[in-house]
Amino acid sequence: MRQPKIIVVGGGLAGLMATIRVAEAGIPVDLFSIVPVKRSHSVCAQGGINAAKNQKGEGDTVDKHFDDTIYGGDFLANQPLVKRMCEAAPGIIDLLDRMGVMFNRTPEGLLDYRRFGGTLYHRTAFAGATTGQQLLYALDEQVRRHEFEGKVKKFEGVTFLSAVIDEGGVCRGICAMDLRSSEVKTYAADAVIFATGGNGAIFGRSTNSVVCTGSAQAALFQQGVDYANGEFIQVHPTAIPGEDKLRLMSESARGEGGRVWVPRNPAEKRAPRSIPDAERFYFLEEWYPKYGNLVPRDIATRAIHRIVYQEKLGIDGQPAVYLDVTHIPRETLDRKLEGILEIYEKFLGVDPRVEPMRVFPAMHYTMGGIWVNGEDQASNVPGVYAAGECEYQYHGANRLGANSLVSCIFGGGIAGPAAVKYAKNLEKGAESTASAVFDSEKKRQEEKNQKLISQDGSENPIIIWRELGEVMTEHVTVTRINRNLQMADGKIRALQERYKKINLSDRTKWSNQTLNFARELENMIILARVVTLGALARNESRGAHYKPDFPERDDVNWLTTTRAKWVNNDIQLAYEPVDISLIKPRPRRYDAVK
Amino acid sequence: MSETKQVMVKVKRQAGPKEAARWEEFSLKWRPSMNVIICLRDIAENPVTRDGKKTTPISYDSNCLEEICGSCAMLINGRARMACSALVDQLEQPIRIEPMSKFPLVRDLIVDRQFMFESLKRVKAWIPIDGTYHLGEGPRVSPEIQEKGYPLSNCITCGNCLEVCPQVNEHNQFVGAAIISQVRLFNMHPTGAMNKSERLSALMGPGGIQECANAQNCVHVCPKGIPLTESIAEVNRDAWKQALLGWLVG
Repeated sequence: MRQPKIIVVGGGLAGLMATIRVAEAGIPVDLFSIVPVKRSHSVCAQGGINAAKNQKGEGDTVDKHFDDTIYGGDFLANQPLVKRMCEAAPGIIDLLDRMGVMFNRTPEGLLDYRRFGGTLYHRTAFAGATTGQQLLYALDEQVRRHEFEGKVKKFEGVTFLSAVIDEGGVCRGICAMDLRSSEVKTYAADAVIFATGGNGAIFGRSTNSVVCTGSAQAALFQQGVDYANGEFIQVHPTAIPGEDKLRLMSESARGEGGRVWVPRNPAEKRAPRSIPDAERFYFLEEWYPKYGNLVPRDIATRAIHRIVYQEKLGIDGQPAVYLDVTHIPRETLDRKLEGILEIYEKFLGVDPRVEPMRVFPAMHYTMGGIWVNGEDQASNVPGVYAAGECEYQYHGANRLGANSLVSCIFGGGIAGPAAVKYAKNLEKGAESTASAVFDSEKKRQEEKNQKLISQDGSENPIIIWRELGEVMTEHVTVTRINRNLQMADGKIRALQERYKKINLSDRTKWSNQTLNFARELENMIILARVVTLGALARNESRGAHYKPDFPERDDVNWLTTTRAKWVNNDIQLAYEPVDISLIKPRPRRYDAVK
Repeated sequence: MSETKQVMVKVKRQAGPKEAARWEEFSLKWRPSMNVIICLRDIAENPVTRDGKKTTPISYDSNCLEEICGSCAMLINGRARMACSALVDQLEQPIRIEPMSKFPLVRDLIVDRQFMFESLKRVKAWIPIDGTYHLGEGPRVSPEIQEKGYPLSNCITCGNCLEVCPQVNEHNQFVGAAIISQVRLFNMHPTGAMNKSERLSALMGPGGIQECANAQNCVHVCPKGIPLTESIAEVNRDAWKQALLGWLVG
């Protein structure tokens, strides 16, 4: 019997989990990552991971986790697989625990659980406030072990450029570039699992890491891999503004009792701690008495925008509100939130244990992504699988906090065995694909590089990127208005034209980061249009997608998944119904009883 | 018009491992909360030196920009640290930026830290689980162990502790404090402890724990505040105990 071969692109939680599952099946796996996998963006996840373990005796159940997730996502997620994820979540926690994750513990030595947004239960296991880092390391260690045993081969510092797709439309491998030598090579595989994360970079500044450009997804999209629910992105309510990055202040700060407020008097001049309670406006607690500071992120973000832009109550007239943990005992803060409080302290030079933090919403998460079927993470192109943030499946119109880590590990855990099964059942594997198929893809990519390196132009890719980010952040994030979206698309297309005239200012081949960035930028622009056009078309408000001109959810016309396709070198939007077979949609009202 | 405040930056450039190194100076526009990454981005946006010469953008590693991925370690004013958390207002100018010196240079500020990942293999820094299928919950862990282990597991493999260690040099393959601290972490875990002796053995021999000469530079530069010297002392004790026991048993 022929030995199949699997490639995984992306070494965050989803990619590593997929890699482990393939290696366990005894199938060789090549793991590609831009950065050493231990430096992947999953390390930035802070607050925790959800599973209905009911370890606080509150009567939490898998069904309640499932319902919270679907309701939190405003009924846009296909339900059966979300249910399977919630069922699998307790087992995933057990697995991570066995891998040695240093989760916080109760005095009895059991895992501790905290509260998070969009639920009334203590459902979130955590390791301080650096849970993503701790989980990623656990999987990284397991992959290193498989690498040590010869089952996994890592290609770190090698970036994905395109899939190799044969004349029958079947994926037979990838084309990738070594970031040091700039050498372009093709790698054959019977199936490729993509776990390439979110696309924060198309918004310029976000809570995402530098590598989260969405470039791989956009490259695949232009090769016929459909992209679903692009218009659904999550703006996290609490981040520290910064010129290079908007640094996340985890929801766990509120899960542990942190409160969001502004002075009631817009002309307030006193230091925050000397403002008496009665003169503080705890607007989330007033507006949403049941969930308070732990309403889902889309709700909290819109509330903060309302406070700042309509009520004009931002601190000192600035776009900022207080996130206050100063009333929580220092010992608790250090034991449960130290990681994030240190970030605030290091980057702003202010101790948040003493001074309330100043925060503002920031682009954070990509709910939309590569279209995959509701079964086994397979895309519409045979041989292409996707897992983690780069696909669209689990979070509907808004992701609940601490559900991303579980969806990454669950999705990766499905994708691995599914790709193995597919590869084993192939009549003819990649080894019998004509070399011309690989050669022509390689040539296409090399020509692109050569053109970029040699062309003389007047445009700087970093400036185009910054302008893209400004347009996207202004018009395509929290509040969406059709004429602004139209204008934004016009601007993006103008940037696309300007892109043709970029000048790299570095024409060398060795470790040329500008070349790689230019390659990514071209793809980011495409993805930005997918997001913008999806938002323009969807005339309703659902989850994180909010249009004041269409303020209600419209289940009659829009209980649909957006499915963007690449047709004749342009974006075409199609729609398909959402699988609501398990929970009947009901109005989503966090201000009233659920 | 009032003169805008400038930031003076000197960067050590090197086009490749075999090329000659040179310094370039840049004058950048000051803004509040500027860090070294922002300086490098400013240069990429307008790659012109202080004396008006066109140059290339500077190659450097970075990813999370919040000191948790470990990518952007470099020498800033001679000190090994993360560029993202190096705030311009807290640095003496001109700010001197150099690549770390104990790892093979790739280009400009990029170095190859693969040695550290290889060392993690050498000491088997993992819990050897039977498989990812369901086997129930993990072992109970006391809050005391968790509170000791969690800080150790915060290691971001940045390499700063190796950079400042006099024992890490061309004559020596010392694995360094970070790796020894990982051995302590895994040996502390109830399941990991089952392979304790294997990890300790891996730390004996060339490049092992005996190379530590107790300079204690490592603990001062660790951006995560990991008690590295404590880890070395504890692992060292365990290693001696094991060696002695092996010798006694013969």
